[in-house]
Amino acid sequence: MTRHALSTRLWHWLNLACVVVLFMSGLNISNAHPHLYWGDWGFDPRDAWLSVPRFPGWMTIPGHYSLAAARDWHILAAWPFALGLLFIWIAMLANGHFRRDIATGRREWRWAALRADIAAHLRLDFRHRRGGYNLLQRIAYGIVFGILLPLMIATGMGISPGWEPHLHWMIESMGGRQSVRSIHFVAAWALFGFVVVHVALVLLSRPLRQVRDMVTGGRR
Amino acid sequence: MKRRSLLVGLGAAAVAGCSRIADSGPGARALAAAEDWHRKAQRLFAARTALAPEYDRAAISPSFRGNGSLTVDTDAYRASLASGFADWRLNVRGLVRHPLSLSMDNIRRLPQRTQVTRHDCVEGWSAIGEWTGPQLGLILSAAQLLPQAKYVVFRCADRLRGAPYYESIDLIDAFHPQTIVAHRLNGEPLPERNGAPLRLRVERQLGYKHAKYLTAIEAVASLDGIGGGAGGYWEDRGYQWYAGV
Repeated sequence: MTRHALSTRLWHWLNLACVVVLFMSGLNISNAHPHLYWGDWGFDPRDAWLSVPRFPGWMTIPGHYSLAAARDWHILAAWPFALGLLFIWIAMLANGHFRRDIATGRREWRWAALRADIAAHLRLDFRHRRGGYNLLQRIAYGIVFGILLPLMIATGMGISPGWEPHLHWMIESMGGRQSVRSIHFVAAWALFGFVVVHVALVLLSRPLRQVRDMVTGGRR
Repeated sequence: MKRRSLLVGLGAAAVAGCSRIADSGPGARALAAAEDWHRKAQRLFAARTALAPEYDRAAISPSFRGNGSLTVDTDAYRASLASGFADWRLNVRGLVRHPLSLSMDNIRRLPQRTQVTRHDCVEGWSAIGEWTGPQLGLILSAAQLLPQAKYVVFRCADRLRGAPYYESIDLIDAFHPQTIVAHRLNGEPLPERNGAPLRLRVERQLGYKHAKYLTAIEAVASLDGIGGGAGGYWEDRGYQWYAGV
């Protein structure tokens, strides 16, 4: 049996491309009005809870300020990103990847286990227990699959006025459109944080084998 | 410092790759098509007449930001503004059986709709205001659209960076119950910076669709040959024609 299912590998690289395009075009869109508000409305930077810096060209798609072109990229990449997430969830549930590798049982949520995992990570000891991910990995992937990725899609749709009639209940429950926009931004940076940690841990734990296995599947 | 230059390098590579895709034929077509997929998906999953949320008057924002053109820089407009737009005309023309020329008085005497709605600018900010005016559908029904009519084009008095502002929507949005020709904001005549004397409200789309300083409504079969051909001032400059995303 391979270490990574074909569905996991295909989705991993497709999703990487989507996230890169969405994040970088999103930073370009942020430059149009780099102020975040809570509530339904907000337009005056003096009312902002956070004003973010202008992101330079090397961080944005396209490489110069163009709200029109950035929105083209953002709106296009949203499709494979959202449909890809739907696909990997169905695949993970069907092939047991979710139940086996990501879901946690109540018995695993013990301080001792968490402390042991954190201590092992701090020692840069990445030997997995047989057959699966450790608790920290399960929590991290669970947050990404269960919260951050769906939240990006839900909040992205929530700030699109054409989806508003369908999603009004969700937008109100998040505190209004400008709150949804703020959450979209915060969740995007949370995902960026995950990517940084994810890549750092790959680099610290036999990076060539890790990347090769995510391409070829590898052996369990 | 090395790590930062690696990140810069990766960023620059992604930017360069995307710019090559955008310049290629299929890449450009996919980028242009994506907004249509969103429009179709939105209309697939809910009634075409689904309403944008309407708020209580208490939710109205303390002021309503003006954006884009904040006035019309002509003597004729200034004179019209000074006279309370007594001479202003809204022409309804194009593919209609009965072309109309409506005065402000005509427009105020039509059945009115008042709605407290949220305005979402493409830049990201929002403001809430109370708008009053007749439904566009009512005006179009009075003019009687010919069967060839597919779009409604809005002609405006303002010019932005030297070019005339205009906009267009399809008939689904034109006959949507919340699509109105507004002449009042928050109970007062429409302020100059918000498009006096008349502006469009098309509540399920972004702000640039809400054309201001309206002078004419034109029913057309195609957007080709109007302005730059993309259906609006900002659309001619690369923005999406469907602004529900």
